Amino acid sequence: MAKLKSTLLNMILSLTCIALVAAALLSGVYLLTQENIEAQKTAKQLEAISAVLPTHERIADPETVQGLVVHKAYTGDTFVGAAVETESNGFGGKIRLMVGFDNDSHITGYEVLEQVETPGLGTHIVEWFKNANKAGQNIIGRKATGAMTVSKDGGDVDAITAATISSRAFLEAVNKAYEAYTEGEVEAASGASQQAAPKVSEDTGDAGVSPAVAAEQNPEQQATCECGKPIEECCKTKGTPCEGNCGKCKHDGEHQCKHNCKK
Amino acid sequence: MNKALKTLTNGILRENPTFALVLGMCPTLATTTSAINGMSMGLATTAVLICSNIVISLLKNLIPDKVRIPAFIVVIASFVTMVQLLVQAYLPAIYDALGLFIPLIVVNCIVLGRAEAFAAKNNVGLSALDGIGMGLGFTLALTILGAIRELLGTGKIFDFAIFPENYGMLVFVLAPGAFIALAYVMALVNKLKK
Repeated sequence: MAKLKSTLLNMILSLTCIALVAAALLSGVYLLTQENIEAQKTAKQLEAISAVLPTHERIADPETVQGLVVHKAYTGDTFVGAAVETESNGFGGKIRLMVGFDNDSHITGYEVLEQVETPGLGTHIVEWFKNANKAGQNIIGRKATGAMTVSKDGGDVDAITAATISSRAFLEAVNKAYEAYTEGEVEAASGASQQAAPKVSEDTGDAGVSPAVAAEQNPEQQATCECGKPIEECCKTKGTPCEGNCGKCKHDGEHQCKHNCKK
Repeated sequence: MNKALKTLTNGILRENPTFALVLGMCPTLATTTSAINGMSMGLATTAVLICSNIVISLLKNLIPDKVRIPAFIVVIASFVTMVQLLVQAYLPAIYDALGLFIPLIVVNCIVLGRAEAFAAKNNVGLSALDGIGMGLGFTLALTILGAIRELLGTGKIFDFAIFPENYGMLVFVLAPGAFIALAYVMALVNKLKK
């Protein structure tokens, strides 16, 4: 067959036909894969929710607080924590996180749902902030304050090497999640019959952040560190090694605790 | 037969898209932060390249010369979107690692370049072989670059630790390292080819 001449009619016809066939094929593939893609997304989200929360029996229907979706978890009627879907603008685009809090506003975990940071640098947000061996960068188990910043900005979280912008965006998202969580938590507390105040202790058999439980059982008498852990766990006495990984107590040059904790 | 073999091996060494034709530098520089990323990107491009080469060589007589570029782009973009949807649906782990880069295949000039330079002038069989050869050449080049950058930057190859990460030179994972590694490998390949 000879090649079609470049007349106006031929050009319009050929390009239209190609575009139509392409559109038909694409809609076919889209319909074929859509169900699977949605299922993958839901599965990933459910997995993320249970990964970041303390031990729980059931998760309530999601609610929207301050524009963020909050999944509250309960054991029986007791509110044990909440997973908050949050987002912020990173270096390469939107960063979406699932952040988990227990009922005493400790961060119990996080999962990165979506990110387009620089591969090899900003992408480290997926693991960096949960490295239990490096207290400076680990945020798991810390008491959220809503104002966490990287050390460069005067905060106490070590940013990812060569990815400060991604780290800032990450913490911004965590802070936003905390704000939504505090609002949601107040509602949860007023809704639940037994709870007078949102931060009163509950013996919940909390998995990830066990040090907090000891303090909660006796909230009046026990001196706690700023990070919320009992002082014995965290700072011991002046001059002894600081152990709590809380990131709140100040260390001097030899990693000795300077006893900067509340009594 | 001889011609078929020549077409196939052409893309792997003599006209390697990265080292000889110097096409598709954007994905080459951006995705080779690790060996596995480079290889996955190369394989995804190969899939698109084979499909688009076959379809374009089938359609070459139906596409008038003056609208050939838009027609090629529609074909290539459709294949890229299909690959993206399929990978997202059935290979979620790879999609997580490469999600951002798959749509970038559409701006990869290797695909359009081969459509224009080869598939539009040759029959289906040869075009498919050219797609395979060029795709493998691209995959090979990206894997080598990725492995070099991963090794020098983080001390690992395919996530297998060779030396401790602390001794790595971070610059090789960053953009400048891509240019440096590419320049050295290209110089070496051209020296060896002579």
